[in-house]
Amino acid sequence: MKSIVCVKVTPKVEQIKFDEARKTVTREGVENEINDADKNALEMALQLKERHGGTVVVLSMGPPSFESHLKLAIAMGADDAILLSDRSFGGADTYATSRVLAAAIKRMAPYDVVLCGEASADGSTEQTPPSIAEWLQVPGIMYANSIELQGNRVLAKKSIAGGYETVEAETPLLASVELGCNSPRFPDFRRKRWAEKEFKLTVWNMQDLGFSPTEVGLGGSLTEVKELRNMSSRKRRGELIGGDSKEVAARLGQIIRSVGG
Amino acid sequence: MPDTRRSAASDGSIFVFLEQTDGIMEEVSLEVLGEARRLADRQGVSVTGMVLGENVGGLAKDAASRGADVVLVGESPLLKDFATEAYLKVMLPNIRDRRPDAVLMGATRNGTALAAGLAVRIGAGLMAHVIDLEIESGTGVLLGSVPGFGGSIVAVCKCKGRPQMATVRPGIFKPLPANGSNPGVIESVPVDLRSEDVKCRIMQRSVRRSEDISRAERMVIAGLGCKDNLSLPRRLAEALGAGFGVSRPLADKGLAPKDLVVGSTGYSINAKLAVVIGVSGAAHFVSGIRDAETVIAINSDSSALIFNHADYCAKGDLFKIVPELIAAVEASGAKGA
Ligand SMILES: Cc1cc2nc3c(=O)[nH]c(=O)nc-3n(C[C@H](O)[C@H](O)[C@H](O)COP(=O)(O)OP(=O)(O)OC[C@H]3O[C@@H](n4cnc5c(N)ncnc54)[C@H](O)[C@@H]3O)c2cc1C
Ligand SMILES: Cc1cc2nc3c(=O)[nH]c(=O)nc-3n(C[C@H](O)[C@H](O)[C@H](O)COP(=O)(O)OP(=O)(O)OC[C@H]3O[C@@H](n4cnc5c(N)ncnc54)[C@H](O)[C@@H]3O)c2cc1C
Repeated sequence: MKSIVCVKVTPKVEQIKFDEARKTVTREGVENEINDADKNALEMALQLKERHGGTVVVLSMGPPSFESHLKLAIAMGADDAILLSDRSFGGADTYATSRVLAAAIKRMAPYDVVLCGEASADGSTEQTPPSIAEWLQVPGIMYANSIELQGNRVLAKKSIAGGYETVEAETPLLASVELGCNSPRFPDFRRKRWAEKEFKLTVWNMQDLGFSPTEVGLGGSLTEVKELRNMSSRKRRGELIGGDSKEVAARLGQIIRSVGG
Repeated sequence: MPDTRRSAASDGSIFVFLEQTDGIMEEVSLEVLGEARRLADRQGVSVTGMVLGENVGGLAKDAASRGADVVLVGESPLLKDFATEAYLKVMLPNIRDRRPDAVLMGATRNGTALAAGLAVRIGAGLMAHVIDLEIESGTGVLLGSVPGFGGSIVAVCKCKGRPQMATVRPGIFKPLPANGSNPGVIESVPVDLRSEDVKCRIMQRSVRRSEDISRAERMVIAGLGCKDNLSLPRRLAEALGAGFGVSRPLADKGLAPKDLVVGSTGYSINAKLAVVIGVSGAAHFVSGIRDAETVIAINSDSSALIFNHADYCAKGDLFKIVPELIAAVEASGAKGA
């Protein structure tokens, strides 16, 4: 079986700074990492491979600097990695992002399952996975936390408000994988060395996917950002409470009584 | 193949998808409907609602009295449970024919999937789980405030072309009260579905809703620092007569139900007092306590980010402080005080 895992490389959200004057997000000097939920998606694909054989390919859209992160996915156990990289892909909204990812997935056909994370840490729109499913015209199962495969039949358990649902569908299909539903494995040391020295990443640009600039990136996006606003958190007192635990507890008890609530 | 043509013309109206689960209207759908009414009145246009399901005539009537001029009803046993592809198939011709100016729905999990599929199919921009909607002066274009980076930043977005689309985060807008003298028109729409149109068949469902933590007056919130045993923070919650919430990883580990999660993918709390125990203060968590009036944080790490978001920062071992605090609270009878 063949799984394709869509992996987004996202900045560490805690390190992001907001430029009040220019109303932009400063991404310089911020560490990037594989989006958390995408590590869960990759782990799920690797477990499916362990049970059913086949291959796992990771797919990402972004700048060439993402190469090192995709190599980390290879070190974790993915068989191949494809980076969709082209200046024209920049500034994509979910419509343009899902369109490019779906075109690449079609080029990689046949495949059995496409796995995405449930949400990215940065944009977090949760719209990319169901949009890709629609471009591909395959069933979409969102917020899956386990997948069983029997031939071309898939049984998936997914989270819904207040509980879960088990659904059945046929491959090929797309599932978004719930953040934290498994423990992603660590990169294998020897695979890591191999990935860094010998593995060759495949890079596809706009021409490879047959798009024109009006169909991808900023030009192909159907939403635009007019302004960025800082959601500065409320001003808090930040009063430090020290002492031994008895003293701390007594002071907290006092505070609780005084604020009521 | 999805149709990516965009229609330039629209009839100016606002279209609202009204989501029901097990025959009960999702609260957020009525919230969106109320906001659609307010926006439409400002523009002098109409609001169309759409309910899909089985035996949902009663829900349509209610929606018609709470802000919709017209409610379209699609009924079939195949629509009883939410099924993205089938719902999309029934909605599409109605949206194409009516050419609304905007299509809105609740940012529930189902709403997000449906909206994303619809946006691709009709070639429309889609603003994600907005926390505010306004009309741009001069252009009449819809502006949606979309939170990003865990809720620490908000992008004010707009859509190119028509229809404009947005999903709305639950709990942001107020629904309109039922108005019996304004009954609205209910229209049933043709449903042409076969069982193959339901591509994901539901085999089993288990739902147990917990109390709504967004309404609690006091909250105790536990994080991973509490380890695998939540009895201490739970006992504190009980002593304080407070609601109980958790950071997301505790729910992911199965130690608490998902609807107790506080944060960008969980609930925003509105409590007067929140006691946050063993939580590091990641952006995705912090956005959930922004509206709490007073925040007490207990953490052993003096550089924990949560201390930047707390009024009272108690540095120390929660396993020592919390038992003492429970004793202090019980002794003073502070419950509900
Ligand atoms: C503050 C902010 C607000 C935004 N608001 C909107 C909006 O309202 N509407 C809109 O259309 N766009 C919006 N965007 C843009 C959107 O975030 C980007 O278009 C992005 O490329 C889509 O990713 P996401 O973060 O929404 O992903 P999500 O849909 O949250 O990601 C889910 C999964 O999709 C996959 N995925 C997503 N992007 C990639 C990628 N580049 N490569 C590989 N896999 C990927 C991953 O598996 C990921 O886990 C916003 C961005 C920001 C920063
Ligand atoms: C797309 C996305 C969405 C997310 N949505 C959410 C969300 O809605 N809600 C959410 O909570 N998270 C969310 N997260 C996860 C979030 O980024 C953090 O990983 C999470 O909030 C961390 O949980 P925590 O603070 O409980 O755990 P940790 O970060 O592990 O923090 C534990 C804290 O406990 C303290 N501690 C340990 N032992 C003790 C002790 N004995 N006494 C006192 N203190 C102690 C430590 O100093 C530490 O600060 C999301 C992540 C992503 C990528």
